[in-house]
Amino acid sequence: MKKPFLASDRVSDVDRANDDIGEAMRLRLFRTQIELREAEQRAYDLFLQNLVKGTSHLSLGQEAIAAGFANAMKPGDLSFCTYRGHAHTLARGVPVEKVLGELMQRDNGLMRGKGGSMHLTSVEHGVMGSYAIIGAHLPIACGAALRAQYKGQDDVAVCFFGDGTTNIGAFHEALNFAAIWKLPVVFVCENNLYMEYTPIGEVTAVEHPAADRAAAYGLERILIDGNDADIVYRTARVAYGRARAGEGPSLIECVTYRHSGHSRADPAKYRPEGELEAWKKHDPIVLYRDRLKQFGVSEDTIAGIEADVRRVVDEATEKCKAAPPPPADILCTDVYADGGWAWRN
Amino acid sequence: MAELTYRDAVARGIAQEMARDPDVIFFGEDVAKAGGVFKTTVGLYEQFGPKRVRDTPISEQAIMGAAMGAAMTGLKPIVEIMFSDFFAVCFDYIANEFPKSRYMSNGQLKCPLVVRTGNGAGSRFGAQHSQSVENWCMMIPGLKVVAPSNARDVIGLMAAAVRDPDPVIFFEHKSLYPMKGEVPDGEIVDTLGSAKILRPGRDATILALALMVPRALDAAAKLAGQGIDCEVIDVRSLVPLDTQTILGSVARTHRLFTVEENPRLCGWGAEIVSIVADEAFYELDGPPVRITTPHVPLPAADILEDMILPTAERIAETVRRSLEA
Repeated sequence: MKKPFLASDRVSDVDRANDDIGEAMRLRLFRTQIELREAEQRAYDLFLQNLVKGTSHLSLGQEAIAAGFANAMKPGDLSFCTYRGHAHTLARGVPVEKVLGELMQRDNGLMRGKGGSMHLTSVEHGVMGSYAIIGAHLPIACGAALRAQYKGQDDVAVCFFGDGTTNIGAFHEALNFAAIWKLPVVFVCENNLYMEYTPIGEVTAVEHPAADRAAAYGLERILIDGNDADIVYRTARVAYGRARAGEGPSLIECVTYRHSGHSRADPAKYRPEGELEAWKKHDPIVLYRDRLKQFGVSEDTIAGIEADVRRVVDEATEKCKAAPPPPADILCTDVYADGGWAWRN
Repeated sequence: MAELTYRDAVARGIAQEMARDPDVIFFGEDVAKAGGVFKTTVGLYEQFGPKRVRDTPISEQAIMGAAMGAAMTGLKPIVEIMFSDFFAVCFDYIANEFPKSRYMSNGQLKCPLVVRTGNGAGSRFGAQHSQSVENWCMMIPGLKVVAPSNARDVIGLMAAAVRDPDPVIFFEHKSLYPMKGEVPDGEIVDTLGSAKILRPGRDATILALALMVPRALDAAAKLAGQGIDCEVIDVRSLVPLDTQTILGSVARTHRLFTVEENPRLCGWGAEIVSIVADEAFYELDGPPVRITTPHVPLPAADILEDMILPTAERIAETVRRSLEA
């Protein structure tokens, strides 16, 4: 059984005098994590009521990564997500109602039910799509970064993926491509220890599937505790700064653990007894709640945020339940840029 | 008016668009300093510089994905996949990514890019470097697919493809690269989705694409000597498909022949025959006939490759026998 990952650079000493993050950002990081937790838990509950259809891949337990990377971004930075993309979409500020609506395949969904859970996209929030074919979006993120470099724009393309992605060809093509052209792209591997059902260690030649391969592309080995939002946020800030300064791509491996199965169909019975419980002691939200208290945030403030987020998620849920299904007149729209689907005259 | 090879027309077509629009960039394997393995892009690197014309590693997925990311965020990339057979190693982008992003995002995402590729047989390269794979792309909603048969159309359709807001797969035929054609001076811009009647005729309609176009014209010339007057149409664009020109021709000639280099099953001609059967059945005086490469991989040996592709002789013989029957 793998032990919960504890990075050596863990911020265990609370140094309030030299706090590089600050209370305002800490409260944002906390609020984002709570929102992701509540929204994902709600998505799971809605499944059980048969109100979320199709498949769904939850990020329960992995909230610190989405929260840390998104909150370190500037407006205009671009997120590229996988099918496990609800958290990254919400973390950029997309309303909970839009995400739950899409999961529930209602007309108020982010893409009015045309994309579904695995393809959440909100260009106005910088969420340039969620990609359900493993590895596909790493080269796509390179292309967005190539545009930034070509046009002299200072946005960063941030590409999230799981440990399983490190074993597909597109991962290696994209890493090399980004490195040779020094593209402003940040690759974020969320190593939750399982590719889908199989432990990543059983199918990977190295212990750390992303970090141990960085050297092959001339990149620094970056391995962090993905359950500590402060560490994630700091690491993101450094990587974005490098990208904006023209110093090229970064590859960051964040070690974490998903509390639920791979997808809705998976009860995750392949996990050794006690593993989930051990990781729950290192739950990013439990950890961050303590962190806030260490930095002097009152229990009232914390409880207030939690209550407010719950209210937002409750209201979004009710709106989605009341929303109609998508209308038939959008079936054949937006196949081509003229808005239609005509392939002949 | 100047005489230009199909090969040189590729570079001229790209240059015309790069000179017009600074958002057009071009990259692929060996395309910049070396000018392309088929020498189709000679001079572009020198003219437009290393920022706009770039050599990539042998990474077809990275090439396609990077083109998509650049297109989504504001550039107009042209990329080269050296041989169309290599689409198989980056087919995710062709089948799942380029064509579906707009639909899945409910119109939020765009993908205005051009993938150029060397397609087709005649180079004696064998089964993995000679295929005609336009039907791999034609069947996917969201893509546009063109295949010029001559130097002028290379430039005109390239311009149309680059200016189009959708992803366009641009099939160049390797065996046409050395062919010369008359090309007018100045800017040439076509529209996608227009077929061209290259030779009017009364007795039969022959549809062809790319390398099969000159062969269909040769066949029509032979048949004219035998008193059979064929109309030859260069389909040029498979998506969008100019069905009106095709249906109009069938309404005049009452016979339909397709000449396809692709292996028979699910070739583009099958779709057109189905459309004609649906919409012009009572115009037909006989069954539509598809002249294709058989359903086999392509052999390497010149003598075998020459036997397997439709030739002018085979086209003429098939048309003559069908009309006599």
